[in-house]
Amino acid sequence: MSVAQTLLGLLESGPRYGYDLKRAYDERFGRDRPLHYGQVYSTLARLLKNGLVEVESVEPGGGPERKCYTITDAGITDVEHWLTQPEKPEPYLQSTLYTKVVLALLTGRAAAEILDTQRAEHLRLMRELTRRKQQGDLADKLICDHALFHLEADLRWLELTAARLDELTREVRR
Amino acid sequence: MSHTISSEAPMTGGRADAPPLLYGVDLHKAFGPSRALDGASLHIRAGEVVALMGPSGSGKSTLMHCLAGIVRPDSGRVLYRNDDLTTMSDARRSALRRTEFGFVFQFGQLVPELSCLENVALSLRLGGARQRAAEAKAAEWLEVLEVADVAAKRPGEVSGGQGQRVAVARALAAGPSVIFADEPTGALDSLNGERVMDLLTMSARRTGTAVLLVTHDARVAAYSDREIVVRDGRTRGGEPA
Repeated sequence: MSVAQTLLGLLESGPRYGYDLKRAYDERFGRDRPLHYGQVYSTLARLLKNGLVEVESVEPGGGPERKCYTITDAGITDVEHWLTQPEKPEPYLQSTLYTKVVLALLTGRAAAEILDTQRAEHLRLMRELTRRKQQGDLADKLICDHALFHLEADLRWLELTAARLDELTREVRR
Repeated sequence: MSHTISSEAPMTGGRADAPPLLYGVDLHKAFGPSRALDGASLHIRAGEVVALMGPSGSGKSTLMHCLAGIVRPDSGRVLYRNDDLTTMSDARRSALRRTEFGFVFQFGQLVPELSCLENVALSLRLGGARQRAAEAKAAEWLEVLEVADVAAKRPGEVSGGQGQRVAVARALAAGPSVIFADEPTGALDSLNGERVMDLLTMSARRTGTAVLLVTHDARVAAYSDREIVVRDGRTRGGEPA
Protein backbone atom coordinates (compact mmCIF):
# COMPACT_ATOMS: atom_id res chain seq x y z
CA MET A 1 0.00 0.00 0.00
CA SER A 2 1.24 3.52 -0.75
CA VAL A 3 1.75 5.43 2.51
CA ALA A 4 2.66 8.59 0.57
CA GLN A 5 -0.61 8.73 -1.38
CA THR A 6 -2.61 7.84 1.73
CA LEU A 7 -1.06 10.73 3.68
CA LEU A 8 -1.71 13.01 0.70
CA GLY A 9 -5.34 11.87 0.59
CA LEU A 10 -5.73 12.62 4.30
CA LEU A 11 -4.28 16.09 3.73
CA GLU A 12 -6.88 16.78 1.08
CA SER A 13 -9.54 17.35 3.72
CA GLY A 14 -7.41 20.11 5.34
CA PRO A 15 -3.93 21.10 6.54
CA ARG A 16 -2.46 19.03 9.39
CA TYR A 17 0.66 18.72 11.49
CA GLY A 18 2.76 15.59 11.03
CA TYR A 19 1.65 14.29 14.43
CA ASP A 20 -2.09 14.70 13.58
CA LEU A 21 -1.53 13.07 10.23
CA LYS A 22 0.03 10.00 11.85
CA ARG A 23 -2.87 9.75 14.28
CA ALA A 24 -5.46 10.03 11.49
CA TYR A 25 -3.62 7.36 9.49
CA ASP A 26 -3.30 4.96 12.43
CA GLU A 27 -6.98 5.34 13.36
CA ARG A 28 -8.26 4.50 9.91
CA PHE A 29 -5.66 2.28 8.27
CA GLY A 30 -2.93 1.39 10.73
CA ARG A 31 -4.60 -0.55 13.50
CA ASP A 32 -2.39 -3.56 12.83
CA ARG A 33 0.65 -1.64 11.65
CA PRO A 34 0.81 1.93 12.97
CA LEU A 35 3.25 4.29 11.24
CA HIS A 36 6.55 5.20 12.86
CA TYR A 37 7.11 8.93 13.31
CA GLY A 38 10.30 8.65 11.28
CA GLN A 39 8.33 7.21 8.36
CA VAL A 40 5.77 10.04 8.53
CA TYR A 41 8.39 12.79 8.50
CA SER A 42 10.59 11.18 5.84
CA THR A 43 7.49 10.71 3.62
CA LEU A 44 6.40 14.33 4.17
CA ALA A 45 9.94 15.53 3.35
CA ARG A 46 9.81 13.59 0.07
CA LEU A 47 6.35 14.94 -0.78
CA LEU A 48 7.59 18.47 -0.02
CA LYS A 49 10.61 18.00 -2.27
CA ASN A 50 8.36 16.75 -5.08
CA GLY A 51 6.01 19.72 -4.76
CA LEU A 52 3.02 17.62 -3.68
CA VAL A 53 2.70 19.34 -0.27
CA GLU A 54 3.67 22.75 1.11
CA VAL A 55 4.39 24.00 4.60
CA GLU A 56 1.49 26.28 5.44
CA SER A 57 2.78 27.53 8.77
CA VAL A 58 5.51 26.88 11.29
CA GLU A 59 4.83 26.93 15.01
CA PRO A 60 7.86 27.39 17.23
CA GLY A 61 7.88 25.16 20.30
CA GLY A 62 10.16 24.13 23.14
CA GLY A 63 11.69 21.42 20.97
CA PRO A 64 11.75 21.26 17.18
CA GLU A 65 9.44 23.54 15.16
CA ARG A 66 5.99 22.13 14.33
CA LYS A 67 5.17 22.38 10.63
CA CYS A 68 1.62 22.38 9.34
CA TYR A 69 1.41 20.74 5.90
CA THR A 70 -1.09 21.43 3.13
CA ILE A 71 -1.64 19.60 -0.16
CA THR A 72 -0.83 21.33 -3.49
CA ASP A 73 -2.77 21.07 -6.78
CA ALA A 74 -0.10 18.65 -8.01
CA GLY A 75 -0.69 16.61 -4.85
CA ILE A 76 -4.45 16.46 -5.51
CA THR A 77 -3.75 15.29 -9.08
CA ASP A 78 -1.41 12.62 -7.71
CA VAL A 79 -4.11 11.29 -5.33
CA GLU A 80 -6.67 11.35 -8.12
CA HIS A 81 -4.34 9.35 -10.40
CA TRP A 82 -3.61 6.77 -7.69
CA LEU A 83 -7.27 6.30 -6.80
CA THR A 84 -8.45 5.82 -10.36
CA GLN A 85 -5.70 3.39 -11.46
CA PRO A 86 -6.63 -0.27 -10.89
CA GLU A 87 -4.22 -2.29 -8.76
CA LYS A 88 -2.46 -5.33 -10.14
CA PRO A 89 -4.45 -8.27 -8.74
CA GLU A 90 -2.26 -9.96 -6.11
CA PRO A 91 -2.62 -11.48 -2.64
CA TYR A 92 -3.40 -9.16 0.28
CA LEU A 93 -4.71 -6.45 -2.01
CA GLN A 94 -7.66 -5.72 0.26
CA SER A 95 -5.83 -3.28 2.53
CA THR A 96 -4.88 -1.10 -0.46
CA LEU A 97 -8.39 -1.25 -1.92
CA TYR A 98 -9.95 -0.54 1.46
CA THR A 99 -7.68 2.51 1.82
CA LYS A 100 -8.59 3.75 -1.65
CA VAL A 101 -12.31 3.38 -1.00
CA VAL A 102 -12.15 5.15 2.38
CA LEU A 103 -10.03 7.98 0.95
CA ALA A 104 -12.44 8.39 -1.96
CA LEU A 105 -15.34 8.68 0.49
CA LEU A 106 -13.40 11.14 2.68
CA THR A 107 -12.53 13.35 -0.28
CA GLY A 108 -15.95 13.21 -1.98
CA ARG A 109 -14.85 11.07 -4.94
CA ALA A 110 -16.86 8.26 -6.53
CA ALA A 111 -15.89 5.17 -4.51
CA ALA A 112 -18.19 2.93 -6.60
CA GLU A 113 -16.13 3.75 -9.70
CA ILE A 114 -12.92 2.68 -7.97
CA LEU A 115 -14.52 -0.67 -7.17
CA ASP A 116 -15.87 -1.02 -10.72
CA THR A 117 -12.47 -0.24 -12.26
CA GLN A 118 -10.81 -2.80 -10.03
CA ARG A 119 -13.53 -5.31 -10.78
CA ALA A 120 -12.93 -4.90 -14.53
CA GLU A 121 -9.18 -5.43 -14.01
CA HIS A 122 -9.78 -8.62 -12.01
CA LEU A 123 -12.17 -9.94 -14.64
CA ARG A 124 -9.72 -9.11 -17.43
CA LEU A 125 -7.13 -11.31 -15.73
CA MET A 126 -9.74 -14.04 -15.14
CA ARG A 127 -10.50 -14.00 -18.88
CA GLU A 128 -6.82 -14.44 -19.71
CA LEU A 129 -6.54 -17.37 -17.31
CA THR A 130 -9.72 -18.97 -18.66
CA ARG A 131 -8.35 -18.81 -22.23
CA ARG A 132 -5.07 -20.29 -21.04
CA LYS A 133 -7.05 -23.05 -19.36
CA GLN A 134 -9.05 -23.80 -22.51
CA GLN A 135 -5.87 -24.14 -24.57
CA GLY A 136 -3.68 -25.80 -21.96
CA ASP A 137 -3.05 -29.23 -20.54
CA LEU A 138 -4.22 -30.51 -17.16
CA ALA A 139 -1.29 -28.91 -15.30
CA ASP A 140 -2.20 -25.55 -16.84
CA LYS A 141 -5.81 -26.05 -15.86
CA LEU A 142 -4.94 -26.78 -12.23
CA ILE A 143 -2.58 -23.81 -11.94
CA CYS A 144 -5.11 -21.47 -13.55
CA ASP A 145 -7.93 -22.85 -11.36
CA HIS A 146 -5.98 -21.91 -8.23
CA ALA A 147 -5.46 -18.34 -9.46
CA LEU A 148 -9.07 -18.10 -10.63
CA PHE A 149 -10.48 -19.11 -7.24
CA HIS A 150 -8.36 -16.44 -5.51
CA LEU A 151 -9.44 -13.77 -8.00
CA GLU A 152 -13.03 -14.84 -7.53
CA ALA A 153 -12.69 -14.38 -3.76
CA ASP A 154 -11.34 -10.85 -4.36
CA LEU A 155 -14.24 -10.12 -6.68
CA ARG A 156 -16.75 -11.27 -4.11
CA TRP A 157 -15.14 -8.91 -1.61
CA LEU A 158 -15.35 -6.07 -4.16
CA GLU A 159 -19.03 -6.81 -4.77
CA LEU A 160 -19.87 -6.99 -1.09
CA THR A 161 -18.01 -3.75 -0.45
CA ALA A 162 -19.96 -2.11 -3.30
CA ALA A 163 -23.18 -3.31 -1.67
CA ARG A 164 -22.04 -1.85 1.66
CA LEU A 165 -20.89 1.52 0.34
CA ASP A 166 -23.79 3.49 1.84
CA GLU A 167 -23.08 1.97 5.24
CA LEU A 168 -19.35 2.65 4.89
CA THR A 169 -20.01 6.26 3.80
CA ARG A 170 -22.01 6.89 6.98
CA GLU A 171 -19.27 5.31 9.09
CA VAL A 172 -16.43 7.24 7.47
CA ARG A 173 -18.18 10.61 7.62
CA ARG A 174 -19.35 10.22 11.20
CA MET B 1 -28.19 -18.98 -41.02
CA SER B 2 -26.42 -22.29 -41.61
CA HIS B 3 -23.35 -23.50 -39.82
CA THR B 4 -20.83 -26.19 -40.45
CA ILE B 5 -19.46 -28.04 -37.47
CA SER B 6 -15.67 -27.95 -37.62
CA SER B 7 -13.09 -28.62 -34.96
CA GLU B 8 -11.22 -25.30 -35.07
CA ALA B 9 -12.48 -22.64 -32.68
CA PRO B 10 -11.06 -19.14 -32.24
CA MET B 11 -10.50 -18.23 -28.58
CA THR B 12 -12.24 -14.85 -28.85
CA GLY B 13 -15.07 -13.78 -31.09
CA GLY B 14 -16.61 -10.74 -32.68
CA ARG B 15 -14.61 -8.25 -34.75
CA ALA B 16 -14.37 -4.95 -32.88
CA ASP B 17 -15.16 -3.01 -36.08
CA ALA B 18 -18.17 -5.16 -37.01
CA PRO B 19 -21.55 -3.43 -36.69
CA PRO B 20 -23.74 -4.55 -33.78
CA LEU B 21 -25.96 -7.52 -34.58
CA LEU B 22 -28.33 -6.84 -31.71
CA TYR B 23 -28.67 -3.42 -30.18
CA GLY B 24 -30.76 -2.25 -27.21
CA VAL B 25 -30.96 1.51 -26.83
CA ASP B 26 -32.11 3.46 -23.76
CA LEU B 27 -34.45 0.73 -22.54
CA HIS B 28 -36.97 1.43 -19.81
CA LYS B 29 -39.26 -1.14 -18.22
CA ALA B 30 -41.36 -1.03 -15.06
CA PHE B 31 -43.40 -3.77 -13.43
CA GLY B 32 -46.00 -1.82 -11.44
CA PRO B 33 -44.13 0.60 -9.17
CA SER B 34 -40.87 -1.32 -9.56
CA ARG B 35 -38.50 0.07 -12.19
CA ALA B 36 -36.56 -2.86 -13.66
CA LEU B 37 -34.78 -0.98 -16.48
CA ASP B 38 -33.90 2.68 -16.34
CA GLY B 39 -32.14 3.62 -19.55
CA ALA B 40 -30.15 0.43 -20.21
CA SER B 41 -28.21 0.11 -23.47
CA LEU B 42 -26.28 -2.83 -24.86
CA HIS B 43 -24.93 -4.10 -28.14
CA ILE B 44 -23.53 -7.43 -29.24
CA ARG B 45 -21.66 -8.28 -32.43
CA ALA B 46 -21.74 -11.48 -34.45
CA GLY B 47 -19.58 -14.15 -32.85
CA GLU B 48 -19.11 -12.22 -29.63
CA VAL B 49 -19.64 -13.65 -26.14
CA VAL B 50 -20.90 -10.94 -23.78
CA ALA B 51 -21.53 -11.45 -20.06
CA LEU B 52 -24.30 -9.52 -18.37
CA MET B 53 -23.55 -9.23 -14.68
CA GLY B 54 -25.06 -7.50 -11.69
CA PRO B 55 -26.57 -8.09 -8.28
CA SER B 56 -29.93 -9.81 -7.84
CA GLY B 57 -32.76 -7.54 -8.89
CA SER B 58 -30.45 -5.27 -10.90
CA GLY B 59 -32.49 -5.80 -14.09
CA LYS B 60 -30.16 -8.13 -15.99
CA SER B 61 -32.78 -10.80 -16.72
CA THR B 62 -35.35 -8.16 -17.77
CA LEU B 63 -32.75 -6.67 -20.09
CA MET B 64 -32.09 -10.09 -21.62
CA HIS B 65 -35.83 -10.71 -22.03
CA CYS B 66 -36.27 -7.34 -23.79
CA LEU B 67 -33.37 -8.08 -26.15
CA ALA B 68 -34.76 -11.54 -26.89
CA GLY B 69 -38.18 -10.11 -27.72
CA ILE B 70 -39.84 -11.94 -24.82
CA VAL B 71 -40.72 -8.73 -22.96
CA ARG B 72 -41.64 -5.46 -24.69
CA PRO B 73 -39.90 -2.45 -23.07
CA ASP B 74 -41.97 0.61 -22.06
CA SER B 75 -39.64 2.79 -24.12
CA GLY B 76 -36.40 2.50 -26.06
CA ARG B 77 -35.54 0.39 -29.09
CA VAL B 78 -34.26 -3.13 -29.68
CA LEU B 79 -32.69 -3.49 -33.11
CA TYR B 80 -31.85 -6.87 -34.59
CA ARG B 81 -30.19 -6.48 -38.02
CA ASN B 82 -31.95 -3.07 -38.25
CA ASP B 83 -35.42 -4.51 -37.51
CA ASP B 84 -37.01 -2.97 -34.41
CA LEU B 85 -38.36 -5.72 -32.13
CA THR B 86 -40.35 -3.20 -30.08
CA THR B 87 -42.62 -2.32 -33.01
CA MET B 88 -42.77 -5.81 -34.55
CA SER B 89 -45.96 -7.89 -34.42
CA ASP B 90 -46.09 -10.74 -31.88
CA ALA B 91 -46.14 -13.27 -34.72
CA ARG B 92 -42.97 -11.86 -36.27
CA ARG B 93 -41.22 -11.71 -32.95
CA SER B 94 -42.14 -15.35 -32.28
CA ALA B 95 -40.81 -16.34 -35.69
CA LEU B 96 -37.59 -14.45 -35.01
CA ARG B 97 -37.15 -16.18 -31.65
CA ARG B 98 -37.65 -19.55 -33.34
CA THR B 99 -35.30 -19.03 -36.26
CA GLU B 100 -32.66 -16.52 -35.19
CA PHE B 101 -32.41 -16.90 -31.42
CA GLY B 102 -31.47 -19.84 -29.21
CA PHE B 103 -32.04 -20.15 -25.47
CA VAL B 104 -30.30 -21.96 -22.62
CA PHE B 105 -31.81 -21.69 -19.16
CA GLN B 106 -30.57 -22.66 -15.71
CA PHE B 107 -32.61 -25.87 -15.61
CA GLY B 108 -32.36 -27.03 -19.23
CA GLN B 109 -36.14 -26.90 -19.73
CA LEU B 110 -36.15 -29.86 -22.07
CA VAL B 111 -39.46 -31.51 -22.98
CA PRO B 112 -39.64 -34.43 -20.49
CA GLU B 113 -41.71 -36.72 -22.76
CA LEU B 114 -39.21 -36.59 -25.64
CA SER B 115 -35.81 -38.26 -25.87
CA CYS B 116 -32.71 -36.06 -25.81
CA LEU B 117 -32.32 -36.56 -29.58
CA GLU B 118 -35.96 -35.60 -30.18
CA ASN B 119 -35.55 -32.51 -27.99
CA VAL B 120 -32.68 -31.27 -30.15
CA ALA B 121 -34.44 -32.28 -33.38
CA LEU B 122 -37.57 -30.41 -32.29
CA SER B 123 -35.88 -27.01 -32.65
CA LEU B 124 -34.92 -27.98 -36.22
CA ARG B 125 -38.41 -29.30 -37.00
CA LEU B 126 -39.92 -26.02 -35.82
CA GLY B 127 -37.62 -24.28 -38.28
CA GLY B 128 -39.06 -26.40 -41.11
CA ALA B 129 -36.55 -29.28 -41.36
CA ARG B 130 -37.78 -32.77 -42.31
CA GLN B 131 -37.70 -35.36 -39.55
CA ARG B 132 -34.84 -37.49 -40.88
CA ALA B 133 -32.64 -34.46 -41.64
CA ALA B 134 -33.50 -32.93 -38.26
CA GLU B 135 -32.56 -36.10 -36.39
CA ALA B 136 -29.30 -36.50 -38.32
CA LYS B 137 -28.32 -32.92 -37.51
CA ALA B 138 -29.42 -33.34 -33.88
CA ALA B 139 -27.23 -36.44 -33.55
CA GLU B 140 -24.29 -34.46 -34.92
CA TRP B 141 -24.78 -31.75 -32.30
CA LEU B 142 -25.13 -34.27 -29.47
CA GLU B 143 -21.78 -35.65 -30.63
CA VAL B 144 -20.19 -32.16 -30.56
CA LEU B 145 -21.53 -31.61 -27.03
CA GLU B 146 -20.17 -35.05 -26.02
CA VAL B 147 -23.57 -36.48 -25.08
CA ALA B 148 -24.23 -38.79 -28.05
CA ASP B 149 -24.58 -41.69 -25.60
CA VAL B 150 -27.74 -40.23 -24.03
CA ALA B 151 -29.53 -39.59 -27.36
CA ALA B 152 -32.25 -42.18 -26.71
CA LYS B 153 -32.76 -41.31 -23.04
CA ARG B 154 -35.36 -38.92 -21.70
CA PRO B 155 -34.23 -35.79 -19.80
CA GLY B 156 -35.31 -37.36 -16.49
CA GLU B 157 -32.87 -40.23 -17.06
CA VAL B 158 -29.71 -38.14 -17.52
CA SER B 159 -27.53 -36.13 -15.11
CA GLY B 160 -27.84 -32.35 -14.72
CA GLY B 161 -24.61 -31.78 -16.62
CA GLN B 162 -25.67 -34.05 -19.49
CA GLY B 163 -29.12 -32.42 -19.63
CA GLN B 164 -27.56 -28.99 -19.83
CA ARG B 165 -25.30 -30.09 -22.69
CA VAL B 166 -28.38 -31.38 -24.52
CA ALA B 167 -29.97 -27.96 -23.93
CA VAL B 168 -26.88 -26.28 -25.43
CA ALA B 169 -27.05 -28.66 -28.41
CA ARG B 170 -30.73 -27.74 -28.85
CA ALA B 171 -29.90 -24.02 -28.74
CA LEU B 172 -27.09 -24.35 -31.30
CA ALA B 173 -28.66 -26.90 -33.66
CA ALA B 174 -31.05 -24.58 -35.47
CA GLY B 175 -28.13 -22.29 -36.36
CA PRO B 176 -29.22 -19.19 -34.44
CA SER B 177 -27.37 -15.88 -34.73
CA VAL B 178 -27.71 -15.16 -31.02
CA ILE B 179 -27.89 -17.48 -28.02
CA PHE B 180 -29.36 -16.14 -24.79
CA ALA B 181 -28.02 -18.09 -21.82
CA ASP B 182 -29.54 -17.29 -18.43
CA GLU B 183 -27.37 -18.70 -15.61
CA PRO B 184 -26.56 -21.74 -17.78
CA THR B 185 -24.39 -23.38 -15.10
CA GLY B 186 -26.40 -22.23 -12.07
CA ALA B 187 -27.55 -25.75 -11.21
CA LEU B 188 -24.27 -27.56 -11.93
CA ASP B 189 -21.15 -28.39 -9.91
CA SER B 190 -17.84 -26.70 -10.84
CA LEU B 191 -16.53 -29.39 -13.17
CA ASN B 192 -19.80 -29.86 -15.09
CA GLY B 193 -20.30 -26.09 -15.22
CA GLU B 194 -16.85 -25.67 -16.71
CA ARG B 195 -17.46 -28.31 -19.36
CA VAL B 196 -20.79 -26.74 -20.36
CA MET B 197 -19.14 -23.31 -20.66
CA ASP B 198 -16.19 -24.73 -22.64
CA LEU B 199 -18.52 -26.44 -25.09
CA LEU B 200 -21.00 -23.55 -25.34
CA THR B 201 -18.42 -20.84 -25.99
CA MET B 202 -16.17 -22.93 -28.23
CA SER B 203 -19.11 -24.12 -30.35
CA ALA B 204 -20.55 -20.60 -30.57
CA ARG B 205 -17.21 -19.09 -31.61
CA ARG B 206 -16.69 -21.84 -34.15
CA THR B 207 -20.06 -21.09 -35.76
CA GLY B 208 -19.94 -17.30 -35.41
CA THR B 209 -22.91 -17.30 -33.04
CA ALA B 210 -23.18 -14.41 -30.57
CA VAL B 211 -23.83 -15.37 -26.94
CA LEU B 212 -25.42 -13.14 -24.33
CA LEU B 213 -24.67 -14.69 -20.99
CA VAL B 214 -26.55 -13.66 -17.85
CA THR B 215 -24.59 -14.70 -14.79
CA HIS B 216 -23.63 -13.64 -11.29
CA ASP B 217 -20.67 -16.06 -11.35
CA ALA B 218 -17.35 -14.37 -12.22
CA ARG B 219 -15.78 -17.65 -13.33
CA VAL B 220 -18.59 -18.08 -15.88
CA ALA B 221 -18.30 -14.44 -16.97
CA ALA B 222 -14.58 -15.03 -17.56
CA TYR B 223 -15.52 -17.09 -20.65
CA SER B 224 -16.84 -13.90 -22.30
CA ASP B 225 -15.06 -11.41 -24.54
CA ARG B 226 -16.37 -8.52 -22.44
CA GLU B 227 -18.77 -7.86 -19.62
CA ILE B 228 -21.56 -5.40 -19.08
CA VAL B 229 -22.54 -4.54 -15.53
CA VAL B 230 -26.21 -3.83 -14.76
CA ARG B 231 -26.99 -1.83 -11.64
CA ASP B 232 -30.37 -0.32 -10.73
CA GLY B 233 -31.62 -0.94 -14.27
CA ARG B 234 -28.74 0.89 -15.90
CA THR B 235 -25.80 -0.56 -17.84
CA ARG B 236 -22.13 0.18 -17.63
CA GLY B 237 -20.03 -0.75 -20.66
CA GLY B 238 -22.99 -1.35 -22.98
CA GLU B 239 -22.39 1.33 -25.60
CA PRO B 240 -20.31 0.54 -28.70
CA ALA B 241 -16.69 1.70 -28.35
